[in-house]
Amino acid sequence: MTLDVSNYPQLLTALLPELVLSAWALILLLVVAWRHGTARDLRLAGWLTLVALATAAGAAWWLWWQSAHAAGISTMIAVDDFRFVADWIFLGGALLTVLFSMRYLEREGLLAPEYYVLLVFATIGMMLMGGGEDLMVIFLGLELMSICLYALAGFNRRSPRAAEAGLKYFLLGAFASAFLLYGIALVYGATGTTNLSLIGVQVVSLELQHAPLLLLGVALLLIGFGFKVAAVPFHMWAPDVYDGSPTPVAGYMATAVKAAAFAALFRVVGEAFGPVGAWREIVAGLAITTMVAGNLIALAQRSLKRMLAYSSVAHAGYLLVAVATGVAAGSAAFVFYLVAYSLTTLAAFALLAAKGRGGESDVQIDDLAGLAAQRPWLAFALSVCMLSLLGFPGTAGFIGKWYILVAAMSTGQGWLAALLVLTSVVSAGYYLPVVMAMYMQPAVSTEAHAEVCLDGFGRVAMAVAVAGLLFFGVAPNRLLDLSKTSATVQRGAAAGAIAAPTFSPGH
Amino acid sequence: MTRTAMSLVWLVPLLPLLGFVLNGTLALVRPTAKTAVSVIGVGAVVAAFGVAVAVVRALAVGHAAEPVVFTYWSWMPVGSLQVNAALQVDPLSAVMLLVVTGVGSLIHLFSVGYMREDDGYARYFAYLNLFVFFMLTLVLGASFPVMFVGWEGVGLCSYLLIGFWFTEQINADAGKKAFIVNRVGDFGFLVAMFLIFQHAGSLNFTDVFAKARSLFPLGSAAVTAITLFLFLGCTGKSAQIPLYTWLPDAMQGPTPVSALIHAATMVTAGVYLVARCNLLFALAPVSSAVVAGVGALTALFAATIALKQWDIKRVLAYSTISQLGYMFLGVGTGGGATVAGIFHLATHAFFKALLFLGSGSVIYAIHHAYHATHSHEDAQDMRNMGGLKAHLPWTWVLMWIATLAIAGVPPLSGFFSKDEILSAAFARGGVERIWYLFWGMGLAAASLTAFYMTRLMLYTFHGPNRTGERERPLLREAPWVMTGPLVALGVLSAVGGVLNLPALLGGSSRLERWLAPVTEAGAALLPAHAVASGTEWTLIGIAVAVALAGIAGALRMLRPADLLPAQRAPAETGFARVLWKKWYGDEIYDALIVRPIMWLSREVLWKIVDVRLVDGAGVNGAAAVSRALGWVGSRLQTGELGFYVVLFVAGVLFVLHVAVR
Repeated sequence: MTLDVSNYPQLLTALLPELVLSAWALILLLVVAWRHGTARDLRLAGWLTLVALATAAGAAWWLWWQSAHAAGISTMIAVDDFRFVADWIFLGGALLTVLFSMRYLEREGLLAPEYYVLLVFATIGMMLMGGGEDLMVIFLGLELMSICLYALAGFNRRSPRAAEAGLKYFLLGAFASAFLLYGIALVYGATGTTNLSLIGVQVVSLELQHAPLLLLGVALLLIGFGFKVAAVPFHMWAPDVYDGSPTPVAGYMATAVKAAAFAALFRVVGEAFGPVGAWREIVAGLAITTMVAGNLIALAQRSLKRMLAYSSVAHAGYLLVAVATGVAAGSAAFVFYLVAYSLTTLAAFALLAAKGRGGESDVQIDDLAGLAAQRPWLAFALSVCMLSLLGFPGTAGFIGKWYILVAAMSTGQGWLAALLVLTSVVSAGYYLPVVMAMYMQPAVSTEAHAEVCLDGFGRVAMAVAVAGLLFFGVAPNRLLDLSKTSATVQRGAAAGAIAAPTFSPGH
Repeated sequence: MTRTAMSLVWLVPLLPLLGFVLNGTLALVRPTAKTAVSVIGVGAVVAAFGVAVAVVRALAVGHAAEPVVFTYWSWMPVGSLQVNAALQVDPLSAVMLLVVTGVGSLIHLFSVGYMREDDGYARYFAYLNLFVFFMLTLVLGASFPVMFVGWEGVGLCSYLLIGFWFTEQINADAGKKAFIVNRVGDFGFLVAMFLIFQHAGSLNFTDVFAKARSLFPLGSAAVTAITLFLFLGCTGKSAQIPLYTWLPDAMQGPTPVSALIHAATMVTAGVYLVARCNLLFALAPVSSAVVAGVGALTALFAATIALKQWDIKRVLAYSTISQLGYMFLGVGTGGGATVAGIFHLATHAFFKALLFLGSGSVIYAIHHAYHATHSHEDAQDMRNMGGLKAHLPWTWVLMWIATLAIAGVPPLSGFFSKDEILSAAFARGGVERIWYLFWGMGLAAASLTAFYMTRLMLYTFHGPNRTGERERPLLREAPWVMTGPLVALGVLSAVGGVLNLPALLGGSSRLERWLAPVTEAGAALLPAHAVASGTEWTLIGIAVAVALAGIAGALRMLRPADLLPAQRAPAETGFARVLWKKWYGDEIYDALIVRPIMWLSREVLWKIVDVRLVDGAGVNGAAAVSRALGWVGSRLQTGELGFYVVLFVAGVLFVLHVAVR
């Protein structure tokens, strides 16, 4: 299906997933305005959100099924498989977050159904980021997402820590957004356009590869994205914010938000700045600092949530390696890794939410002692998550890491690959103690884990996530094929007249 | 039609594998379901034998000159290395197929009786089925790696079955010893495989042998190295000097296991490997001489040890080593003697299985008697036997048949196969003098064989009984499920010679013609050597005379009536003691190899390298450094927003620097 996005009806078709979700968001807003206050209302909103996310995912699937693509250079919104797959990741992440939130909100006494409205709007923002073909659309999506997240981070109004988290996130986020916006302005100044494909064309035709104005613009853009993906040293907000936010929101931030920022980053550097070499060095440098600092500092953490926060920083480093390898080589690995990482981290945060008792979110790693004896399935699920994060063979995390390594090697960035392996070894130092605590230490008391609970939704979501991790760890081919076909964000590269070799990790 | 029957060959290994899976499951969930275990365990191997017969008949009808290879899937497609999961049917694997499944079936049947009262009955049959599966993989594999899977697999099963009663330390140790000694040999096999791949670029038998003559000049260093490393593997698996020491200890396993694995089948894998690669060995005269020489030396050496052993199974174990030496003398001599080696492999499978099962029958009787009277006497010591012919008449008759067969008394099977090996060695001596020496050693070993086997029979079945007054009335023949297989093996031991009756004696050398497609390429490379029929008659006469002299000597010299039960027997002295202590082979290995390695491992590798360097400086050191750095990093997380912004700006400066550099 070819869509001419300059034609309104066809533009609306191209925007179908976003429109569906926006319509649902408005409906939800009305329902919530009408009914809020009791646990039943909260559940109703939750159910509606699930339906909303599912229909939006269905719309994205429909476009993918029709193999929709844009006629000519698309303005504003991209119509390609990468966008649809990214949409699925955001929507899937949001869906799992809702499932894990239902019980958590009731238990914590957060009977405010607006939570779901914010979640849905944030997801719309992400979809615009992942699909934006214009820097302005991407910025719009980013701000929509960020503002919802500032509110979500401070959602637990009674908690001073939550307030601190919300405020810190907001202040630093505004700071970073300014960099992003300034970068966009400089890029516009250098090329005269904000459309990604056109920037790519302009860079080549005006020979701007080394123009200081453009390079400054690119650098500022990367700083803005670096903040969102929590790359070191722009990561300082992450541990504090994760700590104060409701645990499911922290999981959402560590996965879907990060995925959205990465998707936008990937699209921008791939389509607009393919011929500009400098971004590669910057991204590689950020990847190094992020991998090293994230992994080393995670070693020093005793709190599970902070450990996961630093672990998400470290994984941002691995994903930056995939970005640094470039579109041609890294995209399949990038998408695969994003899926594996999102599944794993969401499941881990959900387990953390289940373990944290009412009002107390600070679970230490040692608090998990003896979980295996009392709650064997939970312990198993958490072990799978930890092993997948570690990149243990047999889990999706391993395959993802492996493809990033292959991509890095095939583009001659062996030292990045080596550092990735070395820091992964370090990461065993904080992932494995979780498994050891659960399986090799006795519980403090027979009641130690009695309150750990996961409701029906949570269990289903957890089972799906863990099964997915194991399944893709053993049979990655389907997801890999999807990743490869979706990795067609190459028009920018094509405009830059770079004949990139086709990357096929399967062989 | 023949092709269809042959294409069923995958069933032959698959059936025992299925038996293993089912019996293994039963061993875990219903170990008491012994009837089901017996039906599955024996049925799987008997069915495999049935299919094997059909496959071999199809091969015989088809007269395929080339090996028939069945490829199932691509196993190791790595660069230029293409190894398929493929089975190969040719005359040589056909012979092995029949021996393994045929003798295997009989021994499985015998085990039903022998192991009936054991708690690990299901586990035992699971292992036994697994062994048959791996052995069939070994002989059917169409490439070195597939064969190696079987090679390692039988080693594993051997380990599991030697240590079957693992609750006793000595049994577990024996299993470990077998495994470790075999690993030394496996190293040789692996190196040989690497070298073959390096030179030939393939590991499939058909490819390698097709290229061998153009790749390797006669006597070239490469082919000599390959064959010597292959032979190192063989000395491990087939218990030849210097890696023979594990086999006597392997007798700690159940006796049917000794019969199947450590006499009839697994230990012949090395002989099979040399026969399979006879072309390569023919290209390397030095290696051939080494194989034949080691074979002859082992034959003689092990025979001397067997002279003074008291444990009935140990006598048979050294006898096995000695007979394997003959087989290597045969396959090392090459050409027609390769056939003689395989021929001896088959006949030996018959009579040695019979001897082991017969000894099992004896041990079974004595063990039950001792068990009934709660005595702790050794049920395997021949000094506790004697006069058993009155109590176990069937076993007595059948074991005499096997004894005469192994001693080489005509017209029993062993006579033909052993004589062919010796006369082939003599014939090659006409071209290369050293083979006369090998022939002489073989001949001497033959007379010793006759002597110690007669000694075994005299002490076990003749003379007065020394088992004990109370036990004597309890001694009786084993049930028919055990005696039946003995009878079948007795018939085979007696008439097995017809397999390859030489023209000289009015036969048609059937096995030789059958195996000709496998051996002719190698035989063509050897210097022509043959002996006149008159000389051949003389050689036969000498061999028979030597065998009869050994028997007569034993009958004259040994006095079963003077023997005392084990507990009251005096210690051996002088040279007898040296033989009894097995030439101190284990002690020498212990002092020269085991102890130095253990010392090095403990004092240097463990206490210094591992504890100090690896653990101390490496692992813990790196961990401590990482942790310290992480702690420093975590101190940066102050919670102060202003500080975060400072770091942020530092990052910005860094990025801008990189961008505009």
